[in-house]
Formats: sequence, structure tokens, C-alpha cells
Amino acid sequence: MTEMPDQTVLSLRDVTLAFGPKVIQKNISLDVRKGSIFAVMGGSGCGKSTLLKSMIGLLRPAEGAYHVGDEDYWAGNEAHRTELNHRFGVLFQSGALWSSMTIGENIALPLQMFTDLKPDVIRRLVELKLGFVGMLQAIDLYPSEISGGMRKRAGLARALALDPDILFFDEPSAGLDPITSARLDDLILNLRDGLGATIVIVSHELSSLFHIADDGIFLDARTKTPIAHGSPRDLRDHCTDPQVHAFMHRERDEQGNT
Amino acid sequence: MTEAAPRQSATPQWRLEGQHAAPVMVLSGTWQARTGNIPVFPKDGLHKAPGALLTFQTSEVRDWDTGLIAFLWDLKRVAHDAGISLDVQSLSPPMRQLLELLPDAPDEPVHHPSGHKTFLEKIGAHTIASVTEVGIVSELGALTAKGAVQTVLGRSRMRMIDLLSNTSDAGPYALLIVGIVNFLVGAILAFVGAVELQKFAAGIYVASLVGIAMVREMAAVMTAIIMAGRTGGAYAARISTMQGNEEIDALNVFGIPTSTYLILPAVLSLIITMPFLYLYGCLIGMLGGFVVSISMLDITAAGYFHQTVTAFGVGQFMFGFVKSLVFGAFIGLTSCRIGLKAGRSAADVGIAATRAVVVGIVGVIAIDAIFAVIADVMGI
Repeated sequence: MTEMPDQTVLSLRDVTLAFGPKVIQKNISLDVRKGSIFAVMGGSGCGKSTLLKSMIGLLRPAEGAYHVGDEDYWAGNEAHRTELNHRFGVLFQSGALWSSMTIGENIALPLQMFTDLKPDVIRRLVELKLGFVGMLQAIDLYPSEISGGMRKRAGLARALALDPDILFFDEPSAGLDPITSARLDDLILNLRDGLGATIVIVSHELSSLFHIADDGIFLDARTKTPIAHGSPRDLRDHCTDPQVHAFMHRERDEQGNT
Repeated sequence: MTEAAPRQSATPQWRLEGQHAAPVMVLSGTWQARTGNIPVFPKDGLHKAPGALLTFQTSEVRDWDTGLIAFLWDLKRVAHDAGISLDVQSLSPPMRQLLELLPDAPDEPVHHPSGHKTFLEKIGAHTIASVTEVGIVSELGALTAKGAVQTVLGRSRMRMIDLLSNTSDAGPYALLIVGIVNFLVGAILAFVGAVELQKFAAGIYVASLVGIAMVREMAAVMTAIIMAGRTGGAYAARISTMQGNEEIDALNVFGIPTSTYLILPAVLSLIITMPFLYLYGCLIGMLGGFVVSISMLDITAAGYFHQTVTAFGVGQFMFGFVKSLVFGAFIGLTSCRIGLKAGRSAADVGIAATRAVVVGIVGVIAIDAIFAVIADVMGI
């Protein structure tokens, strides 16, 4: 929990993301500083989620280097990657809870698999994680029995199961009402400050990004490259690129797309 | 002991100091959740002292994570019950922020309604559910038939491409497995028959045995069981996945009847392919019997052929043919119904597929038994 503001936790150097011959994004270089909230922005279909996928180890970049801390993520074998992945907590877009297990069992599973803790200790930690996200009452319910917003919060509790120091959020506010979404933002800030975690967030919910993010990257779908770096607030106020400006100010372009 | 000493000093420790009215919680050591040695704060650890303020001293805490928060949460709840408030300002800001997320008194967990029923209640509920299900499947069958009539009259539309893809999947692609199973069944029948009939020097009647058994029972039943496992399970899984993706809801909103769009092509494809598969199964089964008989018994190929042809009449053939039609309709309807009824999660898809196979196989054999009784009464 020591303060080291300029330490880089994740870094990408000249990364190209591609599915087979189809290039999604190229020349991505970025550094995520410890304790920051890093936003991945861009229009629909520009490769935001693909970038997130590669950062959590689900897609190997076609080119370029990816470092987690000082370690080259793709240099080692799978066991090494799994070890690094235990530093990650991922909140998937719709929660991605395992539907055959209760909410409590969902959060307990990683603890059962990767620690030697006794069942009562695990139960205590599960309750704690659910307490953080305000979902304690749903511990014995199945994912199909709770609402979409609750599923997302339960997914966040599961992402926190192994006390990760890097959290990835894929569209955390998609499908949530403004109040729930604002609460989730506050929760994210609280968790960042409380746990000292580093957070990477994929979103196009501008109000939430202006509120929480302090660094970021803007991906462009047409050129397939990042076109701006910086915090969403800075980009809104100072970026001269017409694309970014339009995005940040919700302007419509010639085709009528926002 | 010397090795354990540094670890000892790192274990999480707490002690209460100060007066009842102004207790001080002194924390020290390493508080890591992964170590599994986080103490539980006892429920009677604080004396009732309404209005008192508990302060923290955390300067000796070395390394901490959510393990410390778990302990502080225990304390928070006990303090709440004892009417003592916590001086959270005396905690470090990250500790304070995490602790403030947690409730004093958690809401009661929502439990599932306990389903304790007596034995008779269970039997009754199952009976009512089964009878209702028969009604629903019949209604679905009627709706599907209506959809078929409307399609023929041109008032409603079934997409021909769906029928074609379903039919090719249920028909040509099933030929290999249906062939293997029926060949083996025919061969097994011939083996069993040959051993007994040879004793009476009636080896030639193996041909009749295999012929009648295949045509009357085995080809239709075996093919239906394969189709229940192969196609019925697939239909149920597909439709329950559509249910989970809200695709069925989208059909309903448009007013596209699921009976015409989904069920009709599924049922029709089985009704079309089953009789052909039955015929094919009969022939392959007899071939299996033929191969075994020729190699085991002193029978000529022409003799076997002649005996087979004279063994059964057209009536027996029609009997098996009609059965295969009914089996096809039954498997199609029940598997679609099970898919439509399924829940929306991944686990529900698995349950639906399993249930479709089980209901299909058990149902086919039950229907076969009913046919046997009818045939006996009618003297076929």
C-alpha cells in the first residue's frame, strides 16, 4: 500500500492486434501507472474490447511487447501467465457469472482453487467482498435470480476474490441507470483508493470517464491506430483532433454517427 | 524456533485498551487474507456502552489487505450492536474507505423458499405437472399442425430453408450411425437365433426371425432412440439457447408464431426422415443378419433371401412404418417443448438437452409398448 505514483504496472509497446490477417489496431503503445484509472476510449467497433482482451491474456498480440510489472507477459509458459493473471481481476461486460453456482459460490471458487484457506475463512472473505459491493443479501441466490445491475456488482465482487492489484472493467456502466452507474463509479474510486489497485476501464460513458479516469488512450476505427493519449478531461478540453473532439463533445459527424 | 520467530512477530494481533467509555483498539502485525490466520472479533468482545467512541491505533500494522478489513468489519458489527461508534478518522484513509463500504447490520440473506413437501404432496405435484405437460404438448402439436395447414394454404409461412437444413441434418447426416446400430442389432439377433434354431435344424428360420424383428420392432425403435439422442437433444439445446438470448421473445413480439417458425420445421423434418431411416434400418439390419447367417449356418444366399421375403406381410411393414412416423412427431414435439420451457442460463441448456434425450427415449419405448397392445388386440 505504499505510494509510488510513477511506477508503471502495465505497458504495451508497438502492439498490433489482429484476428488472423484482419488487423484490428496497430502501433498501440501505452503505460498504465500504478494506482491510476486508465480509460480505453473510442467509437463502437474500434477495438477497445479487443485491446482489453489482449491485456488480460485472452488474445496474443500479432506484434509488439506486453509487460506486466517487469515481466514480459507472453515470454513465459502458460503457468507463468496464470500466475500473472492472479494479479488481475476482470469484470466482464455482463458479469459473466457462472450460472450453475450461487453468487457466493462464484466468489468462493477462485479461493478454493488457488488458496489453502478453510471453508469458514473462505465464507468470511466471500461475505467481505460481497459487503464491499453491497450485495450481501444475494449470497445464496443464483445469477438468474438477480437483476443486470446486481449481476455486474456480483461480478465485481468476484473480480476482487483473489485481492488483485490490477482491475479490468469492460463497459462497467453499460445497461445501468444513471444512479446505479454513478454509484458504481464511486465504488470503483473507493476500491482504487482503498485497495491501492490499478484500474483499466473500457467505456464510452463520458460522464463516468470524466469523473473517474485520470489517464487514457483513444483508438480510431478508420486508421486502426491510437490517435490521442491523456486523461478524458484533458482530451475534452485541449485535444485538437476533430475525431476526439467530436467524441468528447458528443457531436455528430457527417454520417450522423455520434 | 529461531526460524519461526520472525513469522511469530508478523501474526495479526489485536488488544483492547482504555476504559469502557473510551476503548482503544490496538492492532499490530501483518494482516493478509491469504495467510488464513485473520482472527475473528468475538461477538461479546465489547461491553455495552452506548455513546462511547472506539478509537484505533494502527501504527504497528505492517502489511495489510482485505484480511484486516474483514476483522474491522467484525468489530464494526459488534460495536453497532453494543451502541459504540467507531472513530474512523483514526484509521488510515484506505482502511476507512473500505470499511465505510461495509454495512453495520447486513440485510438478511434472501433464501430460497424451503421446498419441504410431504411424500404425497410431491407425488401429487408431479402428477399434476405431468398431466399438464401432456396437455401443453398436445396443444403445441395442434398449433404446429395448424401452422402446417396454413403453410400449405399459403396463409402462413414456414421458411423452406429451415426445413431443408433441419431435414439434411436429421436425415443424410444420421445415415452412418443409424446404419451401424441397425447392422449390429440385426447381427446380434441372428447370433442369438442361430444358436437356438440350429438345435432343431431350423437354421433357415433365422432369416424370418431377423426379418420380422427388424420390420416390426427393432428398426423403428432403434432409429427413434438414436434420433432422440442426436436430433432431439440438439433441438432442445438450440431452442433453450435461443430462449437465453431473448430470441424467442423477439419472435413473440413480432408475432411470428414459434409453432410455425421453429417447431414445424423441426417436427416435419423428423416426420419426413424417420420413415426413410426406418426402411434403411430394416434393410441394413437384415444385411447384418444375412452376414452372420451365411458365415455361421449352412444356408445359401438365395435361401436366406427367399425366407426373408416370405416371412412378413405388408401389414407388419405398415405397422413399423406408422410407428416410425409417430416416433418422429413425438421426438420433435417433446424436444421443442422442453427447449421452450427451459430457463435462461447455461446450466438450463444442459438440463434441457438431457431431459429431451431422456424423455425421448423413455417415451419412444412407452409408445412402442402401447402399439404392441394395439397390435395384439387388432391381431396384426
